[in-house]
Amino acid sequence: MMEKKKKNTDSGIERWLQKCRNHPFSAVVEALVWLSGFVTLAIMVYLVAFIVIRGLPHLTPSLFSLTYNSDNVSLMPALVNTLIVTALSLVIAIPFGVFAAIYLVEYAKKGSRLVNLIRITAETLSGIPSIIYGLFGLLFFSTALHWGLSLLSGCLTLVIMILPLIIRTSEEALLSVPDSYREASFGLGAGKLRTIFRIVLPSAVPGILSGVVLATGRIVGETAALLYTAGTVAKIPDLMGSGRTLAVHMYVLSSEGLHMDESYATAVVLLALVLVLNGLSGLLAKGLTGKENR
Amino acid sequence: MKGKISELLMHVVFFIAACTSVLAVALICIFLFANGVPAIVKIGIPDFLLGQKWKPSNNLYGILPFILGSIYVTAGSIAIGVPLALLLSVFLAFYCPKRLYPILKTMVNLMAGIPSVVYGFFGLVMVVPLMRELTGKDGSTMLTASILLGIMILPTVTGVTESALRSVPNSYYEGALALGATHERSVFATVFPAAKSGIMAGIVLGIGRSIGETMAVIMVAGNQTWMPQGLLKGVRTMTTNIVMEMGYAADLHREALIATGVVLFVFILLINLCVSALKHRAMSE
Repeated sequence: MMEKKKKNTDSGIERWLQKCRNHPFSAVVEALVWLSGFVTLAIMVYLVAFIVIRGLPHLTPSLFSLTYNSDNVSLMPALVNTLIVTALSLVIAIPFGVFAAIYLVEYAKKGSRLVNLIRITAETLSGIPSIIYGLFGLLFFSTALHWGLSLLSGCLTLVIMILPLIIRTSEEALLSVPDSYREASFGLGAGKLRTIFRIVLPSAVPGILSGVVLATGRIVGETAALLYTAGTVAKIPDLMGSGRTLAVHMYVLSSEGLHMDESYATAVVLLALVLVLNGLSGLLAKGLTGKENR
Repeated sequence: MKGKISELLMHVVFFIAACTSVLAVALICIFLFANGVPAIVKIGIPDFLLGQKWKPSNNLYGILPFILGSIYVTAGSIAIGVPLALLLSVFLAFYCPKRLYPILKTMVNLMAGIPSVVYGFFGLVMVVPLMRELTGKDGSTMLTASILLGIMILPTVTGVTESALRSVPNSYYEGALALGATHERSVFATVFPAAKSGIMAGIVLGIGRSIGETMAVIMVAGNQTWMPQGLLKGVRTMTTNIVMEMGYAADLHREALIATGVVLFVFILLINLCVSALKHRAMSE
């Protein structure tokens, strides 16, 4: 296999032409496989470049003024709302998610019926599309609890949405902490709780963080779950008032179709935020596995 | 003694936290079904599920066009996205030069993170005009939505498929190679079949993503309430029906929209079931 690779870099085309004569079908398949790689790369680069090139010139300071009106469709209120919603959702979801993971990894008896139920439900939650969460948020938080269209309804809807993601990544992070750490801590006379909070949890932080950052990316990009829970008002409200996040702002702007230039600019900001968050999450996760290898 | 109490207390706290996901699923089921099922009964199950006309002003609530719309758009996205995703995962697992791999892998991961509203916007300003030019008619069509969704499910399917391919023991590949098969034949005729459960799980996961996608579809699919009329005509799906009309709907109309959500939810639950069954099989293989 190594030798083959080497040849590949030496004279890829020549080797491929040779193959065309001997195994025409294999040669076609090989070409298709390579093509798929480049097509994917091209789609991604094209998408990002298209939006950035069209949007960047319109990213003017007035787009960041504090108030939104029909002349100046400022994205600042939406940006602030996004920060509020993200912070609040994470503050609620992280303890629940991490504690749930601690229960599953450190306390639960493997294979008990309850643990299976928790796992199945978490898996079910992660497969539910955001529009269903939005519908549920509308029915439960906004209607049944009478919170109306409010940031709080939106936040709690998002908490349920990102919970499975945080549980899963935290669980993986906790599982990757070697048992010898726990045994050493027990051996020194520490209790279970102290072992978890002083030994296991700190070693699992990068993995947990990677999940949290990924969840942040999902919150920032979420639209369907917020449209009918947090609403679309372009102001910075208090917790019980309606306010749009950046992604919702983006949707409203582009579906109105009156401010296309500003839509491009908003898309640039949204894209930049999400790409940075996802990249960061990837780096954190990689840092974790890198440490393990050493 | 104090330590013991706090140990016990935290045990209970952890336990309660673990139960939130169970509680969440229960609440979602209860609230969706309690609000949606009465409307289905009121409209009549056959009239609702098989009715071909959605005209809330005339009290006609048939969602067959949207069910078919969802299925067609999803099928289209699978037809476009899955072949590309399978080839791509083979490329990532068996062909990609070492230096290109981290770049491509990062790209695919970032693709998964792009918000659906940005995909929708890209579709709106790029794919729709392109389709309009190519066909000379309306650009917001079933095909446009399928293409966009095909791109969107690419990272999901690729991720699962690549790890399924990698989990096949190397000896399969080497055995085929030793028998004189080419690299391609070894991969596609031995490794691929061995990973089939995992690959199927990836595809079904992609179906779930596709059928539940809302914001991207709403921006490019046209959203007409007629029965789907072909690849180059506009279409409305279950998800977009909810978003389009929930803003102003009241009474039975609103309940009918929630009922649309219930039907979608049932679809999703069935798909989830398939995914976990396939994953289970892939694990045991």
